[in-house]
Amino acid sequence: MLKREVVYESVLDHDFLDEIYSLPGGQEIKKCIQCGTCSGSCPQGAVMDYAPRKIFSLIRAGFRDEVLESNTIWYCSSCYTCAVRCPKEIKITDVMYALKRIAIKEGKAKKGRKAAILSNNFVRLVNKYGRNHETELMTRYILFAEPHHAFNFIPQGWKLFSNGRLPIMPHKIKNIDQLRKILKKVDELGEI
Amino acid sequence: MATKQSYIYYPGCSAEATGKPYEISARAVCEHLDIELKELADWNCCGATAYLSVEDIASMAVAARNLAIAESTGLDLITPCSACYITLSKVDHYFEDYPDIRTKINNALSAAGLEYKGGVNVRHLLYVFSEDIGMERLSGMVRADLSLRVAPYYGCQVVRPFTERDSPDVPFAMDEIISALGGDVVDYPLKTKCCSGALIGIDEKTALGLAKPLIECAVRSGADCIVTCCPLCQLNLDAYQYKINKVYGTNYHIPVLFFTQLIGLAFGIDEGRLGLNMNIVPYRPAARAKGASG
Repeated sequence: MLKREVVYESVLDHDFLDEIYSLPGGQEIKKCIQCGTCSGSCPQGAVMDYAPRKIFSLIRAGFRDEVLESNTIWYCSSCYTCAVRCPKEIKITDVMYALKRIAIKEGKAKKGRKAAILSNNFVRLVNKYGRNHETELMTRYILFAEPHHAFNFIPQGWKLFSNGRLPIMPHKIKNIDQLRKILKKVDELGEI
Repeated sequence: MATKQSYIYYPGCSAEATGKPYEISARAVCEHLDIELKELADWNCCGATAYLSVEDIASMAVAARNLAIAESTGLDLITPCSACYITLSKVDHYFEDYPDIRTKINNALSAAGLEYKGGVNVRHLLYVFSEDIGMERLSGMVRADLSLRVAPYYGCQVVRPFTERDSPDVPFAMDEIISALGGDVVDYPLKTKCCSGALIGIDEKTALGLAKPLIECAVRSGADCIVTCCPLCQLNLDAYQYKINKVYGTNYHIPVLFFTQLIGLAFGIDEGRLGLNMNIVPYRPAARAKGASG
């Protein structure tokens, strides 16, 4: 499945491991014994380019692009089954989140294009209203991610709307300025 | 009778939209039990899984604003949403394990005149019923004969990775509640298997492949309904059931109730006050359904 099978030391990204180690919980990756409990537990393992065990192996071997461009990180639905079963207590789900963030920031989320659209619009709405507005999120997602299949979503949306489960108006928190001040300060401080 | 129980209540964003029947029934049932839910003042979104996929510190700072506001009350913070539960809990765990993150988040909060010392007891509503209210009180309040066979579906994030007392693979809090209400718990081995979460909008084919066995297993176990404690699980199993039927050529029509709706039904609370009319697959009491089929 790997694009390149023989890899020379010189083309591998050794900094990648340090980058991952520096994340909260990232140090634990060193302890991975490649037992495969994570891959065996993963409900999406079968559709992933590389199931979690291989991802850890690839990280440690410096296959940066293969990891960040894989569909694996986008199929992780945060069910934490692997994380609670890992005999070395690696925070696997949190590592997947970190990989999602790096892939989005570096424009490597091609296989996660739709997931990235969903997440980015979610963040946008929370920053705007202080809360997620599910109706607007779904609309924005369809427009940006699935414009050609918009009609597929209509029956679904209608069922929810007619049952009172998709409000038209968003709810904006009163003290949105407070939230914005916090986010502005985070911007100044920088992420991890 | 004990003094009135009070909690700080964090509904979560879905309570205003797709999870509305959960919100309505949770409030109705708590009112019936004389439990006070004090809504957290001007709460904001916890960030859920989506914010954390884009920003790290920002997502935790967003969640921490709620905890900073809740801290002064000294009460447990209760949420009915499994994603809110895990996201808010995670802040505390990170505060404990990573002092740098704690400093950074408090630095950000201080820009808005807030501080979070750490230590708000974040809990899922399910465990308020199972731990604080208890089975004795629940069964004592039963006024209607349920005669239902129920598949308890917990989903992921209520028991993983943080759990109040349950097993991450084989939890039993909801099973106990169903039994206390007079319901019949069916054998449901997929009770903590992933429903696909937010994948349903992104890769429907894969997502339905995860949701279908959950419905199938409940039906094969002879369940009259599935009961869940997560707004996203309920949405996926209830609102997408017709799509499962379309894709797989099946004919499932099993109601998917929030556990608070089931409690309300057992207490004899009017169906209209439990948001049952908002469920997509219509709920019919099993007795009536059995009657209809002869």
